[in-house]
Amino acid sequence: MSDYSYYPGCSLKGTGRPYDESMQAVFAALGLGLDELDDWNCCGATAYMAIDEVQAVALAGRNLALAAATGNDVVAPCNACWLVLTKTQGKLGDDVALRDIVCGALGATCTAVNGDGPQPLRIDRDVAVRHPLDVLINDLGVDALGEAVTRPLDGLKVTPYYGCQIVRPLATFDDQADPQTMDRLLAAVGCEVVDNPYKTRCCGASQMMIMPDVGIDLVSLLIADAVARGAEAIAVACPLCQFNLEGYQRKALKEAGLEQSIPILYFTQLLGLALGLDPKRLGLHRSFVPVDSILGRRAAHV
Amino acid sequence: MSDPHAGNGTPRIGVYVCHCGTNIAGTIDVVAAAEQAAEIPGVVLSRDYKYMCSDPGQELIKDDIEEHRLDRVIVASCSPCLHEETFRNAVAAGGMNPYLFQMVNIREHDSWVHRDPEAATSKAMHLIRAAVRRVRLHTPLEARRVPINPAVMVVGGGIAGIHAALTLANAGKQVYLVEREPSIGGHMAMFDKTFPTLDCAACILTPKMTQVRAHPNIKVWTMSEVTEVDGYVGSYEVTVRHEPRFIIEDACVGCLECIDACVYRSGKTPDEFNLGLSKRKPIYIPFPQAVPQVVVIDPDACIEFRTGKCKKTCVEVCADRNAIDFQQTESFDTVEVGAIIVATGFKTFDPIRTPQYGYGRYSNVYTALEVERLVNASGPTEGHVVMRDGSTPKSIGVIHCVGSRDRNTNRYCSRVCCMYSLKLSHLLQEKTDAEIYEFYIDMRTPGKDFEEFYNRVEEEGVHLIRGKVAQVRPEPNGDGRLILQAEDTLAGMVREIPVDMVVLATGLEPQADAEDVRRTFNITCAGGGFFMERHPKLAPVSTFTDGVFLAGACQGPKDIPDTVAQAGAAAAEALALVDAGFIELEPNTAYVSAEDCSGCKTCSDLCPFHAISFVDAKAVINEVLCKGCGTCVAACPSGAIHQNLFEDDEIFAEIVGVLADA
Amino acid sequence: MAKEPKIRTEADRDREFAAWFTDLVGEEKLRRCIHCGVCSGSCPLADHMDEGPRRIMYLAREGFKDDVLSSNTIWLCTSCYACTVECPQQIPVTDVMYALKRRALEEGTYPRRHPTAVMAREFSTIVRRDGRMNEVRLFARLALKSGVLRYLGMAGMGMNVVRKRRFSLRRDTIRHRAELRKLLDTVEEHRAEVAS
Repeated sequence: MSDYSYYPGCSLKGTGRPYDESMQAVFAALGLGLDELDDWNCCGATAYMAIDEVQAVALAGRNLALAAATGNDVVAPCNACWLVLTKTQGKLGDDVALRDIVCGALGATCTAVNGDGPQPLRIDRDVAVRHPLDVLINDLGVDALGEAVTRPLDGLKVTPYYGCQIVRPLATFDDQADPQTMDRLLAAVGCEVVDNPYKTRCCGASQMMIMPDVGIDLVSLLIADAVARGAEAIAVACPLCQFNLEGYQRKALKEAGLEQSIPILYFTQLLGLALGLDPKRLGLHRSFVPVDSILGRRAAHV
Repeated sequence: MSDPHAGNGTPRIGVYVCHCGTNIAGTIDVVAAAEQAAEIPGVVLSRDYKYMCSDPGQELIKDDIEEHRLDRVIVASCSPCLHEETFRNAVAAGGMNPYLFQMVNIREHDSWVHRDPEAATSKAMHLIRAAVRRVRLHTPLEARRVPINPAVMVVGGGIAGIHAALTLANAGKQVYLVEREPSIGGHMAMFDKTFPTLDCAACILTPKMTQVRAHPNIKVWTMSEVTEVDGYVGSYEVTVRHEPRFIIEDACVGCLECIDACVYRSGKTPDEFNLGLSKRKPIYIPFPQAVPQVVVIDPDACIEFRTGKCKKTCVEVCADRNAIDFQQTESFDTVEVGAIIVATGFKTFDPIRTPQYGYGRYSNVYTALEVERLVNASGPTEGHVVMRDGSTPKSIGVIHCVGSRDRNTNRYCSRVCCMYSLKLSHLLQEKTDAEIYEFYIDMRTPGKDFEEFYNRVEEEGVHLIRGKVAQVRPEPNGDGRLILQAEDTLAGMVREIPVDMVVLATGLEPQADAEDVRRTFNITCAGGGFFMERHPKLAPVSTFTDGVFLAGACQGPKDIPDTVAQAGAAAAEALALVDAGFIELEPNTAYVSAEDCSGCKTCSDLCPFHAISFVDAKAVINEVLCKGCGTCVAACPSGAIHQNLFEDDEIFAEIVGVLADA
Repeated sequence: MAKEPKIRTEADRDREFAAWFTDLVGEEKLRRCIHCGVCSGSCPLADHMDEGPRRIMYLAREGFKDDVLSSNTIWLCTSCYACTVECPQQIPVTDVMYALKRRALEEGTYPRRHPTAVMAREFSTIVRRDGRMNEVRLFARLALKSGVLRYLGMAGMGMNVVRKRRFSLRRDTIRHRAELRKLLDTVEEHRAEVAS
């Protein structure tokens, strides 16, 4: 398998640390090379777009230039980073005037970080921006995943929660209305997939930090629905979704009139467990909601 | 019609400059133009006149030809599209060959597009000079007459085709009615009640179907499709392929005992007429009132076809009628007709393409057509509103505009859905007393008695919520209810309404094979993929292919009253065509100088009307098919093709004239 | 006490704003809106908004600028794109919301009670300075600028974050942060040249 460049994004160094840890552990275990992009900068997420459109494109554009230089596809686990980078690539491709300004500015102000002496940064090729779900299901394949599983999760009922940014407005690697990549991954590692109609409904993103009442409302709806359908855990793909669903769960449960907490795990953590990896390597000790019940559901070594 | 004036030394040209009220005279100095025209060599008479197209104007031309022995006439006025024929007729009335006439457009090409009177007048003069030089070179031509075969083919046996066929047959014409399904009747046969009268669809349709079957002038071919259309208006040669139904039509009396006798105790194949809501046996009749009243065998389901080892109880029970023939093969018929009416109908939008509504995912989401079958007494549930899970709904949501008015699917409005949604709400409420919610964007009920119908349904207590439904999702508690979420824009709030049953008002689309069909008949598709009429306002039933007419929803979504009206119109125009007995063809056709033709075949592939063939390695142009588009004339590398009325010397003369100052 | 006028006259309409709005996504696409309401119907935040996205579109098109820029709607939008994919006129509603956010920030009209604008500003300040975002710092600045008291309820969550070490106190910077700053400034200069 070819190597991938790795764009963790700011959240994965903070609240999303378990995602970073489990990503690296899982990719290593599967023999997929992951090379962290040197000196990557913040993608701007949704916040910078509220300040200035063209600057936001330049901000994300620098990362595309860095990735272009490596020659690899770049994997961005955070949904928002994935969308920003993908959209930015599209915008630079469609809007000639925008491309001239941004690429011109890049070349004039920024330099490449490797090589013999500083070279001006250029986006000289189309960079494939990949989400780990895309890589695992479409590059590696469900069959290969299944074969690598040594400790399948014993029918653990998991609801896949994709969030919004990896299916809207662009759905490049999965179905927009009813995505299936995470469903398939979860099934491949032994989970019983609990389907739900909210799998792409917004978790509230940064509203939780700013307007907690609003955030709690959105999150409690998602949790209540998953619980009502019998889920024992919710699998997520984005650090902000994860934090929203887990970080304020007590309040959300109270709002929903529920008592029992529910673990919110990255799909990479569930995959890692099924691959037989040590839970600590997967950042599971950082969960706010106890995950012992999950650990106990792993089959003995197969 | 020989012309004593033609080619007799110097031509005697008459020029008429029309004022057209102030349309032309308001910008162009028509008096001066006429005066200047008189100076041009060859012009013996030059007048200006207020309205050349009027009766006195035409009389003027006629009288002048006789009095002044004119042998060429030019009228400088409006567009030839409007009055070329008028003036050609006036010229002919004066005893001159009508093709010795040339028209100059100084209105649409001059006075209507320029403001400077001096420049406009000067331009008019250049144009007139061009015409004078050209018309000198015109030669007398004859319009050709071709006989018309009075038979007409109607393609499609829905209500449009049925009505057109009956109209034509009653006028004494032989009609071939070609229908793809095993029975005529089309979509209308599937409906329960029709808006706004709530007439039972079958009750008003089946008498017409019976009339068709009984009419001595109509030959009904079901399980048939047109495979090839050759020839031209007046003499189309149409090949029709008949799919085998494995029953000898004339022998079957429609007793249906074979269906009962079939070794299958119950149906296993989804019933097409009931849209898969029930099952049928391999031998079946689509619906009880089918025309022809003959069963069909489905070779994919029938055991005899699949294994060759069936008891064939059907044959047994058919006894001495011996109508079943497992060896039947496809067959073909080729007939000659003078005109064709295309009435191939529509298909409904497949809501799999709008996954947010959950069709195919949640079993209690239905399309409107499926609901028509449910509420129909001869449908899969005998008219009881029983859903797939066996329950009867206590609350129903009807969603408008599924697949319509949406750039993500079809941009156009499907025209009938508001009315049929109201109708279904009414019928459902009558049968179930359920609470009904209709979600619409705009309520479109413009027809006769339609607004009154809308009032009625509103008074019956149906909730009419103005807002497009964003999502259909299941309730988490496994009750099977579906939650509809939409903004009630009139109230200014988002509402979540749980219902037991969802009805999707799916839009109308062209048939899936519309592209292939249009090629067969040499017509075009436009606006959403429906067949294109010649003019949306003034020629809604004819097409750009002479002799091919359109009727019904294949031309655009419409309801039954409009369909019947259009079918009548198409029949009338087809009648007008075939009753004339002959058609007259404009002689502006291309022709080949055989001695210059090298047989390179560059021309034939370019001809959009397939008018060129090769005889003894020389190109031959069929005058009747040729429309005078000029493509082959321009393309011929040897310059062997010429065009009447557009000869090289005529065109060059025009160019010289336009550039001349006197 | 003066009665709040409910009847609006043509004098209440800001035509410049209406024209600016109509041309926001080019080709006057915003005139296409048929007000079907599917944007508000699909919006997960509609429940909390003063006006749903549909009403905002309508008010903006008519030029009722104050209603639009002072509502909390544009600040509650999380850009989940549910509206954009459903819109039958293919209007990029989310992009419209971003543009309205930018205009409100430019004009300084945003509801004080809604700190999203503050958050966006602080986010961009940190990114411009360091090249990367630090959640702890962002939160700290947000709390300082919009009132610490409102965040007291989050103490429990905060403790969890600390205990599980899901944070970084280090000032996370990139090596070429001076270049990044220059990049953003250069682009800012040429902004006017970009057709919107």
